[in-house]
Amino acid sequence: MSALEIVPGSSTGKSLATPDNPIYKRRVWVNRFNMLMSLGTMAFGMVFLLWILFTLFSKGLAAFGPALFTQMTPPPGSDGGLANAIFGSLMIVGSAIFIATPIGIMAGIYLAEVGRDNWVAKITRFINDILLSAPSIVIGLFVYTLIVANVKHYSGWAGAVALAIIAVPVVVRTTETMLLLVPNSMREAAVALGAPQWRVVLMVTLKSVQGGVVTGVLLALARISGETAPLLFTSLNNQFWSSDMNAPMANLPVVIFQFAMSPYEEWQRLAWAGALLITLTVLVLNIIARTLFRQKSQ
Amino acid sequence: MARANGSTSKANSFALQDKIFGYSTQFFALLVLVTLVGIIASLFMGSWQTLSETGPKFFVTDTWDPVRKVFGGMAPLWGTIITATIALVIGVPVSFGIAIFLTEMCPPALKRPLGTAVELLAAIPSIIYGMWGLFVFAPLFAETLQPVMINTLGKIPVIGVVFQGTPNGFGVFTAGVILSVMVIPFIASVMRDVFDTTPPILKESAYGLGATTWEVVWNVVLPYTKAGVIGGIMLGLGRALGETMAVTFVIGNAYNISPKLFEPGNSIASSLANEFNEASDPAHLSALITLGLTLFVLSFCVLAASRWMLSTLTKREGKRT
Amino acid sequence: MRFSHKILGLAAAMAVSASASVAFAQTTITGAGATFPFPIYAKWADEYKKATGTAMNYQSIGSGGGIKQIQSKTVDFGATDMPLAAADLAKDGLVQFPAIIGGVVPVTNMDSVKPGEMKLTGPVLADIFLGKIKTWNDKAITDLNPGLKLEGPITVVRRSDGSGTTFVFVDYLSKVSPEWKSKIGVGTAVAWPEGVGGKGNEGVAQYVQRIKGSIGYVEYAYAKKNKLDHIALKNKDGQFVQPEEATFAAASAGADWKGTPGMGVILTDQVGAKSWPMTSASFILMQSKPAKPEASREVLKFFEWALKNGSKSAVELDYVPIPTATVSLIQAEWKKVTDASGKAVF
Repeated sequence: MSALEIVPGSSTGKSLATPDNPIYKRRVWVNRFNMLMSLGTMAFGMVFLLWILFTLFSKGLAAFGPALFTQMTPPPGSDGGLANAIFGSLMIVGSAIFIATPIGIMAGIYLAEVGRDNWVAKITRFINDILLSAPSIVIGLFVYTLIVANVKHYSGWAGAVALAIIAVPVVVRTTETMLLLVPNSMREAAVALGAPQWRVVLMVTLKSVQGGVVTGVLLALARISGETAPLLFTSLNNQFWSSDMNAPMANLPVVIFQFAMSPYEEWQRLAWAGALLITLTVLVLNIIARTLFRQKSQ
Repeated sequence: MARANGSTSKANSFALQDKIFGYSTQFFALLVLVTLVGIIASLFMGSWQTLSETGPKFFVTDTWDPVRKVFGGMAPLWGTIITATIALVIGVPVSFGIAIFLTEMCPPALKRPLGTAVELLAAIPSIIYGMWGLFVFAPLFAETLQPVMINTLGKIPVIGVVFQGTPNGFGVFTAGVILSVMVIPFIASVMRDVFDTTPPILKESAYGLGATTWEVVWNVVLPYTKAGVIGGIMLGLGRALGETMAVTFVIGNAYNISPKLFEPGNSIASSLANEFNEASDPAHLSALITLGLTLFVLSFCVLAASRWMLSTLTKREGKRT
Repeated sequence: MRFSHKILGLAAAMAVSASASVAFAQTTITGAGATFPFPIYAKWADEYKKATGTAMNYQSIGSGGGIKQIQSKTVDFGATDMPLAAADLAKDGLVQFPAIIGGVVPVTNMDSVKPGEMKLTGPVLADIFLGKIKTWNDKAITDLNPGLKLEGPITVVRRSDGSGTTFVFVDYLSKVSPEWKSKIGVGTAVAWPEGVGGKGNEGVAQYVQRIKGSIGYVEYAYAKKNKLDHIALKNKDGQFVQPEEATFAAASAGADWKGTPGMGVILTDQVGAKSWPMTSASFILMQSKPAKPEASREVLKFFEWALKNGSKSAVELDYVPIPTATVSLIQAEWKKVTDASGKAVF
């Protein structure tokens, strides 16, 4: 099973790769077994993906209909929809992306074009990669102490800030990766034409990877759309339609959480429908982002 | 002469513009650093009460009594580490298998769709895993596999104690299994990516010597990409430590330190999700924020180690080409 | 770039509409706290919105959270199942009144036992939750239930989060079991000696449904909606009673609302032949000198409407409305909410 077994075969100069050689036989069987296991693990992964999707569709489709998008979250015992939660989620996630995109792109430009290998860039890159996987519940705690405890009320903005903190590292990372794909000759050509660096970056390099930057934004969108833990302590929830970002705001993840845990059938149905909606959104965003990314990096 | 002057001033203004541009991008990069410092500072301030009053004893005290205001973080810390360990014990071999499949066995046409499908597992929001775990997986596990495990693995002397208990579907083990499904995509895609960095010439020479696919993977690819593989595992570990919603739904939420994996337990993240909005007593709140700080420092170290391992691989890459 | 423009444009439009909407926002009042009355407050809020146009947004973050949020003035009112003592009310400048009554119910999952068949006493229940009684065929249980086939281990299910439901449950246990009182005590969260912890009433209900031989406690509405097997309990008068609206009402009938400062009556272990021993009122907390008197006026308007018109929905959702005789006491309490000049806001 180790390289040692290969050596005797080649050193004697006589081929041992014959079907009746016991060592060879064992190696072949070990290989077959391990490859079968490898296939098995792939199937294992796929089974879970399909199982979860199947659960979502079988339980979520029941409440899927126009009412889901037009009616408000109902009181217990009546039918309704998730319109206010969907709208609230769009507002919070939209604001978060609006905050995170410029910060992420600028920081990404710094890492790839300006700082490159200086120590600020090195540390930032390192920290950014860690924030990429930082526990989101801790981000929620941070924003609670930073904003909610100071302004003394839960608000859509607090939720948006928490989500933005989660989104920024994704945008930074993708922007940097994309900018590094741009061949240096392109930058050199632009500089030779007498352009200052900022024009080179904005008009040439960034422009040539715009699809990639959009990928980053989409991945960030996908990452934060389903985040629940940080919203529990920040934007809370709202039973009604509200567009006031300064007040507690309805949002899909928290509504799903609350409704899934309730004893009322109508609420549980809506929770599954919401879960299906959010998962589909996230998966579609991911697939679009990946397709764009692939086009760019090829 | 005039022309030369013009171009110098133009060059000067370019230099100034670039300076402004450089500093403004640097400002945003520093924002990222400031965020990190802010998170650590705010958690540190919030946990000051516990840290100054209880000190290091906090981490070896297993009592969590909100009535008497005695708080020790040992149980959630234990649960966090145990669930993450289970996640890795299941997740690493599976991820390894998936990575081998995707790099060595998979027909080229299926490579991309299957690779994307694995990555989509990572995109499913944590709360969905939680609902699925609570309503679908745990009941099924309790009815089918769990009694079998208790009756077979539970009978093994000494280590059998790990698999004893009532088959109710919830507990540390279930949380670990669901976590493993959640970390597989992270570990598997890093492994796949680093396996792909193995120079074809190395693999081809081994194949040329008559090595089987498995032998090539085990004796050539794996040693070559060791650092990256460990980095990927550390990344998965970092994810598993901080996962909240999915764990909260199924772990059973009890402050309990026990080798029995089918018993309810607690993790740091699930304690926070359960109690943070409820805690009104300053000592309770501070103890919870201390847990949050612990979690952050823990995952910071693991993720930093992961980064470091992965960067040594990239560096070698850089030298090679 | 066009695509990214669209995204940015959309986000910009959202931000603009967000800031614009502040100018003509509808009247909205915000409350947060106990999970136990959440369904009925949500139902009332929906009906009230239809009747008056005023939106009352109530979020269930738990009783402890309700107390914390009203103390730090992040909400217009807080809600708690654990009444604050008069001293605490005075210290934080709060006004307290009850808004709804309900019951906490022990539930079991035993194939051989039908709902309401099993009889337990408070001390036996405490011993089960203390982990002293570990099997269903323990003599203490079989003596109370001679006709029932009882066997197997007991799995205790209780809350993992802080909760007013837990407060009602453990308050009762420490009234009937000295050992519980000295070892565990009373609070919205306690150091449980036993069991699996579920998050929220639904978490407990889920666990009880899934685990054979389990016993847990949930609010009545959850027991009823999830068709869990409730048990009969022996009350202070020595009678075995079933949990139902009538026994909850009986427990609240004897309550001394007037003589208890801050109306903070704890309805567990009340006298009366028909009283359910784990009955509880849920309380509203408000600032006595609110920074926004208009918002507090809206809150009081809402509860005046709810006490007058909300009984039907309350019964539908398995709660007990506040007795009519008590309403005038509550209204007197409302006079304590004043604006800066000391004039009652309502």
